[in-house]
Amino acid sequence: MAQELQPLARPTSLTELFTAFTALALQGFGGVLAVAQRVLCEQRRWLSREEFVEILAVGQVLPGPNVVNVSLMIGDRFFGWRGALAALAGMLLVPLVIVLAVTAVYIEYAQNAAVAGALKGMGAVAAGMIVGTALKLAPVLRANPMGRPACLVIAAIGFVSIALLHWPLLWVLPLLGIAACVFAWGRLGSEP
Amino acid sequence: MSSLPLIDLLHLFAHFLLLSLVAIGGALVIAPEMHRLMVTQTQMLTDAQFNASIAIAQAAPGPNVLFVAVLGYQAGGIAGAAATLVGIMLPSSLLAFAASRWSQTRQEWRAVRAFKAGMTPITIALLVATGWILAANTPGWAHLVLTIAAALIVWRTRIHLLILIAIGAAVGALGWV
Repeated sequence: MAQELQPLARPTSLTELFTAFTALALQGFGGVLAVAQRVLCEQRRWLSREEFVEILAVGQVLPGPNVVNVSLMIGDRFFGWRGALAALAGMLLVPLVIVLAVTAVYIEYAQNAAVAGALKGMGAVAAGMIVGTALKLAPVLRANPMGRPACLVIAAIGFVSIALLHWPLLWVLPLLGIAACVFAWGRLGSEP
Repeated sequence: MSSLPLIDLLHLFAHFLLLSLVAIGGALVIAPEMHRLMVTQTQMLTDAQFNASIAIAQAAPGPNVLFVAVLGYQAGGIAGAAATLVGIMLPSSLLAFAASRWSQTRQEWRAVRAFKAGMTPITIALLVATGWILAANTPGWAHLVLTIAAALIVWRTRIHLLILIAIGAAVGALGWV
């Protein structure tokens, strides 16, 4: 983990921000989050894992697409509102053109068995990539003021209620979120 | 694809503006509500067109939210895509921008630190749950093995993610999943 000790970098221009987010979005098949973590924390080193999880936490609680919220907040952090627009445009412009072009030809081949199979295989890998990203981010819990056992219990409740019980996120997120934040508030107060 | 009258475009735009503010957890979460509006209620789209929109956005590069643009495009061309995509993004993006500013200037507040500490385990749990739900939608052992293998490789190695996706596509095209 020697790499974790290197100092963080930052984008030097709006153009660099835009092209980085475009490149990142174009690698994101079946969702961009896994690629975003890899590129922003490990390759470009613009954010630590802790900062990435914090921004993602805010992006998930707010309404709207998580990845879009996250790009906007990262852009804002480096270059203010112009950075937010550059990151957002990078994330959406080129992929939008591609997805609309694909739409125009997709219907023709939707019935083709190989195409349908390839889509299924890509879907399976994309699901695994999201879980792998979560496993990679999990070590940030070590430094959490709530302590590791409490973090594991909260994460387990979140996973079971959403993935296994299929409870609506609109209920789980506020209820579990408020409980966890109140608990964290108490723990932070008892710190020396 | 057809062109929609202006009144229908405005109706679509207004509806997606509202949907934006309840899309907690991302745009896919409110797909059922979009289905109700565009397929059941107004019949702008067929069921097949609706499902294809989600599949296309998943398979193409870029954020999943672009399926919203595909829905609008199939219903009303470029103007339709603009109405749905701008509608779904504008309110939530303004809110995210405000929240980003607010929390950055108050990093040391106990409430802000408590929020970040409390939400971190939930954030990680939601990621695992998303992967689980995507994987569980498709039955079959080969599919599950592929998902688990991808998770372990992403966790433990630095293999390029595009290579993984390409392997998934090849394995699928050969009919193994």
